[in-house]
Amino acid sequence: FGLWSTKMFQEKKRCCVKLSVHPSRGLMDEKFTVLVQNVLPGFQLTVYAFYKCEGGYSWEAFAHYTASATGAVNVSEDPSRGGTYSGVEPMGLMWSLRPVPGSKSGLRMRKMNVQTPMEVTISVYQGHLTEGFVDQVPLAAVVVERWYMAPGVRRIPITEGGLTATLFLPSGPGPFPGLLDLWGGGGKLVEYRAALLASHGIAAMALDYLTPQITKETGKMVDYEYFEAAYRVLEQHPQILGSRIAMLGLSFGTSVTLRMAVYSQVIKLRCAVCISGSHVQPIDGSHLFVFSLLSFFSNADKTRFNEEQHVIWRDLLMPIPTDASLKVDVGRLRCPLLLVVGEDDQNWPSYESAMDEMMQRAGNEHLLTVLSYPNAGHLIEPPFTPSARASAFKTISNTPQTVMVLWGGEPVAHSVAQEDSWRKTLVFLRVNLYGGSQPGAKMKNLL
Amino acid sequence: MHRAVPPVISVTPSRALVDETFRVAVQNLPPGSPVTLHSLHRSEDEDLWEAFGHYVSDSRGTVSVADDFSFGGTYTGKEAMGLLWSMSPVPGSREGLRLRKKNVCIPQLVNISVYGGHVEEGFGERLPLASTLTERWHLGPGVRRIEISERGVRGTLFIPPGPGPFPGMLDMWGGGGGLLEYRSALLASHGYASLALEYFTAGELKSADKEFSYFETAFNIVREHPQVIPDRVGLFGLSLGSLMASYLAAESSVIEPRCCVCVSGGHLYPRGVFCYFCRHKLRVDEHNREIWRSINLPIPEDLSQKLDVGKINCPMLLVNGIDDQNWPTVECAEDMAHMMRAAGKEHLLTRIEYPDAGHLIEPPYSPHSRATKFIKDGVTVILLWGGQTKPHADAQEDSWRNILAFLQKHLYCTQNPKAKM
Repeated sequence: FGLWSTKMFQEKKRCCVKLSVHPSRGLMDEKFTVLVQNVLPGFQLTVYAFYKCEGGYSWEAFAHYTASATGAVNVSEDPSRGGTYSGVEPMGLMWSLRPVPGSKSGLRMRKMNVQTPMEVTISVYQGHLTEGFVDQVPLAAVVVERWYMAPGVRRIPITEGGLTATLFLPSGPGPFPGLLDLWGGGGKLVEYRAALLASHGIAAMALDYLTPQITKETGKMVDYEYFEAAYRVLEQHPQILGSRIAMLGLSFGTSVTLRMAVYSQVIKLRCAVCISGSHVQPIDGSHLFVFSLLSFFSNADKTRFNEEQHVIWRDLLMPIPTDASLKVDVGRLRCPLLLVVGEDDQNWPSYESAMDEMMQRAGNEHLLTVLSYPNAGHLIEPPFTPSARASAFKTISNTPQTVMVLWGGEPVAHSVAQEDSWRKTLVFLRVNLYGGSQPGAKMKNLL
Repeated sequence: MHRAVPPVISVTPSRALVDETFRVAVQNLPPGSPVTLHSLHRSEDEDLWEAFGHYVSDSRGTVSVADDFSFGGTYTGKEAMGLLWSMSPVPGSREGLRLRKKNVCIPQLVNISVYGGHVEEGFGERLPLASTLTERWHLGPGVRRIEISERGVRGTLFIPPGPGPFPGMLDMWGGGGGLLEYRSALLASHGYASLALEYFTAGELKSADKEFSYFETAFNIVREHPQVIPDRVGLFGLSLGSLMASYLAAESSVIEPRCCVCVSGGHLYPRGVFCYFCRHKLRVDEHNREIWRSINLPIPEDLSQKLDVGKINCPMLLVNGIDDQNWPTVECAEDMAHMMRAAGKEHLLTRIEYPDAGHLIEPPYSPHSRATKFIKDGVTVILLWGGQTKPHADAQEDSWRNILAFLQKHLYCTQNPKAKM
């Protein structure tokens, strides 16, 4: 009898708790509001997020709250007293997600299929729990969908001209500004940032340039012509404005972006965004620059390790050389440039590179905007997904190996950097790609 | 060739439940330009529905539907959701259409576009300056859909996500028949395990003379579900379904509904077949649309012709439109109140009546149809439901908010009437 009445009591309590997340279907870069209602004032509860990624790994985040005098908890306004994040963090349940205890090490969360949403279960548990969530029945649970593609965005695989790419067109007749989206040294065709940019009105093409089909077949790395072909696909597309094309690169992608922006005779960029990269690279007039860059960045002598034996590669390009043949001549840039750097970047000396005053000396610094984030690491990605201070990285070479790379960054500061830089990147792109006929000057006032 | 940069149109959130609001905005227009905001939806029956509003961009070249005034079109004034509730079939469409979602597992897709100038017609022949797609869902993420075919009962049960247990609902539509899931899907998205009940085949009103026990069994299927709290199951009915709900609440000795929502219903229950068709009282308007409201007027004094609502023991919410041309719902509500008062049950009754609203009071932002096709025993007629579009839309929005608050209060054990929607 006692057991039955306890169950009834628990059921009665459970039935009262109302949990809602709004919007229940949002874009990956949209904030949501998590609201718990109808608990007793002062009630202690844990809000819990659970996600099973495409690789099959389980991720979780949680935070401890105390209900207000009106018997409610609003995650956007109330402070977490502990958990995977603390303080007032509206999106903490997303960016503080981490692999569940016992998981494989070195995981990094990346959605490769952007046509389906990330499905996150948000639940509320009684009390302040830190573990054993799987063994407890929550008071309530809801499912939230997080999408990289807005409704109406079209995904178009591109294989013409030997390219391995995916074009995302915003919904509507267009024409739209275009953007070439480049990731870093891990290669593969990573679509999610381009999909998100298209959801914001920019026709974005994600380009695989380290492991494209053509390299797999011929064994040769791509050269200028590959990027110029990608640019032409955008320029000639009937729904893309040929005079309003940008390039966005992260890490190694920055090296490519800066090289093309300055030295390509074909690529004429309206603006460029370079995240966590450097202008340091050998400039020898050759178009086979990707191959030489990969070699240049593999100087084993300068590789360091931390106590956990994670690889630190930031010293490879240090000190920033004074020799002009070892740097892209950014003094020749004619379009606005946004640099996003994390000051705790352990993978590239992006902050030091940003501080190199080539543009000041050349007199075109009015084109430059630098966003520098204290305690942020290397992988500055779109907001509200977890960052890893270190993760497993498979190198691109004849003898690929998987190492644990130290990216750097402290979680809270890094998530702030992601949220802030993404917002400002969208403004920068909006102003320069959608704005008046003259390319914009310094962005300072607008950002 | 230099091409102009187009404006950017956005709908936030781009994916939402059908009862959630959105913000439609256009940026990057020349300042002070006249534009038309337009919505377009292709229904599951392949009909096109549209709405539009006339705006002028501000000095920054933006238009915000939620904040700015529409100066013409299918709606005027500051109407954040006007592009949805003022939709009607495009010129040249078939007559008497009604927009109802059949497959709730996929969303309603609505195209929202901006055209240059103040356009009145011919949207299909013009190219918009920009357009975007928005998804409107009846089904929230994680809601489970279970087809029910047991103990002779047919319907679809929707269970909210989470461990439960949840309050339950038996959801009954009206005289059109068939199985309509969309309101139950929406109720489940708000935390109620709701069974959309099929109790007669579409178009065969005469077959609606189901055994009383059919509804009691359906109620019990909900009540006995492992994820439903047995003493927190309510009834929700519209039109004929509303009558059934009241009948069950008053007369059943088997089930005890926790509360009852009755939209556009009544308490007049002729014996045997639902014989609305007393020919001499059937009126038609100048367009030959049938008006049924006077068939059962005046409200009979004879107690054998109406439900003994004094026997009802649960809270009742009556939602009616004063311009209801199909059923004399307000007159019924008045008589029901009188009867319940006489039985000392007045405290159980809440009546909400909306001026210029018609019979089909549905979840908010759905288009209003003043008259639509109805299959009356194999014959297609046009029934006049009543209501004027704007007041009817207001009634749908306001009543839904009231209904959810009523359900929250009686089924979720909360006393907070100011709960955020």
